[in-house]
Amino acid sequence: MTIRTARPDRAEHFRPRMHCLKKLEAVVVEMQDPKCGLKGSEQKLNVTTIPHAIAGNDIVSWIANKMKIPTEEALVFGTMLVAYGYVYGLQNHRKLVMCNDGSLYRFQTPYFWPIQKWVADDTDYAVYLAKRNIRKQGLLEPYEQEHYNHLHKWLNPKWDFIVTQATEQYKAGRERKKPDRVVFDCQERAYWILNRPPRWTHSALDSGPDRLMDPNADETQKITFDQYRRMNLFYQQAIMRSKVKSSVSLGALVKYITTYKNHDPFLAPCLPSNPWLTDNDSYWTLNMRMVDVPTKMRVERWSFSLFELLTDLRGRDDFKIFLKKEFSGENLAFWEAAEELKWGTASSMSSKAETIFKTFLAPGAPRWINIDGRTMGLTVKGLEHPHRYVLEAAQTHVFLLMKKDTFFRYLKSPVYKDIQKKAINPEVHNFSPSQLEQNARSRSAGVHPLVLWQQEEEQKAKAAAASAPVDVKAMMSKIDRKK
Amino acid sequence: MCDQTFVAATFGPCESCDKASPLMNIYIKTEAINYCSFCVEKMACQGLQAGESLASLKRESESLKKKLDEERNKLNDVELNKVAEKVEVLSALAIKTRRVLKGHNNKVLNMDWCKDKRRMVSSSQEHGVSLPCTWVMACAYAPSGCAVACGGLDNRCSVFPLSMDPNENLAAKRKAVAMHTNYVSGCTFTNSDMQLLTSSGDGTCALWDVESGQLLQSFHGHTADVLSLDLAPSETGNTFVSGGCDKKANVWDMRSGQNIQSFESHQSDINCVKYYPSGDAFASASDDGTCRFYDLRADREVAVYEKDSVIFGASSVDFSLSGRLLFAGYNDYTINVWDVLKGSRVAALFGHENRISRVRVSPDGTALCSASWDNTLRVWA
Repeated sequence: MTIRTARPDRAEHFRPRMHCLKKLEAVVVEMQDPKCGLKGSEQKLNVTTIPHAIAGNDIVSWIANKMKIPTEEALVFGTMLVAYGYVYGLQNHRKLVMCNDGSLYRFQTPYFWPIQKWVADDTDYAVYLAKRNIRKQGLLEPYEQEHYNHLHKWLNPKWDFIVTQATEQYKAGRERKKPDRVVFDCQERAYWILNRPPRWTHSALDSGPDRLMDPNADETQKITFDQYRRMNLFYQQAIMRSKVKSSVSLGALVKYITTYKNHDPFLAPCLPSNPWLTDNDSYWTLNMRMVDVPTKMRVERWSFSLFELLTDLRGRDDFKIFLKKEFSGENLAFWEAAEELKWGTASSMSSKAETIFKTFLAPGAPRWINIDGRTMGLTVKGLEHPHRYVLEAAQTHVFLLMKKDTFFRYLKSPVYKDIQKKAINPEVHNFSPSQLEQNARSRSAGVHPLVLWQQEEEQKAKAAAASAPVDVKAMMSKIDRKK
Repeated sequence: MCDQTFVAATFGPCESCDKASPLMNIYIKTEAINYCSFCVEKMACQGLQAGESLASLKRESESLKKKLDEERNKLNDVELNKVAEKVEVLSALAIKTRRVLKGHNNKVLNMDWCKDKRRMVSSSQEHGVSLPCTWVMACAYAPSGCAVACGGLDNRCSVFPLSMDPNENLAAKRKAVAMHTNYVSGCTFTNSDMQLLTSSGDGTCALWDVESGQLLQSFHGHTADVLSLDLAPSETGNTFVSGGCDKKANVWDMRSGQNIQSFESHQSDINCVKYYPSGDAFASASDDGTCRFYDLRADREVAVYEKDSVIFGASSVDFSLSGRLLFAGYNDYTINVWDVLKGSRVAALFGHENRISRVRVSPDGTALCSASWDNTLRVWA
């Protein structure tokens, strides 16, 4: 395993965003096209006139028109233009959103576009803040003052350089014409709000920790011969892997959707009602783990696959009742024990393996499972050095047996038909607005999962004690003795 | 469920060193053999044989890749939208915000639902003025509801047992489980509270024993940061999929550490991967602004969810209970809801004020929760 050094890679900082920035830039360029783009006009702001200012609603309608999308989406796109710094607002410049009204915006100069790939350095920021400080003492906002103090401390060795730079820029600025200076100040201010956003401002350039690897850098040079070997092993294995025709696999996906359609709360209403919509949690209480009588929908779901039946612990209980009647509970018990071995802690491995061997696999074991000789041989040999996956082959065999045979017999059995009849179909809730309000006021947190877990553990312990395997030998010897 | 992985021999004596261990099923010149991962490594690293060279291996690699594509295309007899023509059109969805959860002082980076369908855990960035912050990028609820795991820039993933006492200091009982050489991007518990699967910026995924902190299996194959992973919802729970900055989504066998399938069709980093509810397919969200749907049994990409007006990266995806709807959160502050079969967008959810970091459907499918960098979580239904 290679250990990578976290060196700040300038290109890497922007790489994940380049994909969308290129497309965004194309739109921005089109917006400024003299023929089909937006027409700006001069606007008076305080005492100066700002050229090429555009109203927010004009921008939104241009986007909606161009991309053929509804206004709400165009507004989102407009907000992205501001959040990425391609457009900045003249009023309320701290909130990086597009407003669908007459508020004014300007296009940012390409020099400051994020696609330029240079990272907004702390030194540059220090120069900017210092320059503003020179211009007017105490002009900095509180968050900027905090940044300034911090930078002053950490960039102290460079401070002379920073002050010189700031003074130079300030002098150069004074020599510009007033309107140009105001425009440049606005642009610069917008750039820094974007790159050093104040506390409650959401800037799209705020991107989170950098990702480390640039997969495009020197791809051919990096691949070594052992990597090629591994790739080749993978390809060979992938080629030999059996695949299924698209018509078959896609058909299966469609079938899954059709089967579960009525059970999807986003597509069909929950009975009695969706707790998030009516603030009434009957739906959850009726479908709890230990409920006596399940709902009809829940029982129907058990018939979809063995996986559904086993994952719903209430369904698994019902299946166990059926298996007990058939005296074939050992398969499921073995499967459960194998699952516990697989997902258990590393330290419990050997003791669990031993118990499983004694209960299910040893000749004459009380709950001996019927698997083919080869699998049995492999499993018993593997148990000499217990590993969490040592029962894989046996578990697979048992599971497939249950899936292909036992499960279907269960669905046709009186046990299942019985629970289908008993299952309840709750009435749909019809709450009046005042009742809904009442529901909202009496929301509760429900039972704590820890309490449920404790109940579950107690239940398991009781069940284990009650279903202690019938020791056939002992029973037989008892009968013999009686004779 | 992928029957192939289910029935493959994955534990037994290695055909090379005869030790009993988890096995990788590989082929040497079309002959199937089962080696333990150590023997596979030895085989890969042995010196160049007579007649072999870096160039010859490269040529072999390219021809094998072409052959794989040919094999995949041979079985491509129909497209998803054709099969979906018979399915009825969805009626308009009325999804609205039902709850706004405010409580974090910072960007919410991740969230996970508890199996009780109403509780959730969320993680966020620790705030600092101009200093590097601690980002907690990964969090997960244990299946029993008794613990949560979280990790991030500290390169570790720790498990915190929960308690009924609201005043108890959970940090005191914290248990450091996973240890990577770079940030932890995602974590999930397996079928029990005892094992944790993590993905990391160091390019690997790993399976850990919670109690002892022991590394049970590591998964190598990505050539860049791994950003996300998801466990298969099948009865075997033996495979998981991971997506990373190398634009690849890889499917792994948890028992042997073998990479069994790989898909490379995105044009930028894959931010999130999620299995389809049946376990036979998965979806991915990427920085190239598209979400893609991959069929595992046919071994190919079957749908691309994209729109001209959607240009910002998708950060997270999740399916609704039946698998008909795909919820995707984007960096332009919106959530798009796609019809998985027909490939069209059925709804757009607005409301967040900063990028969406995570979307998750609740375990019983009744609601969708979205976590965002605007410091809030929203529950939609």
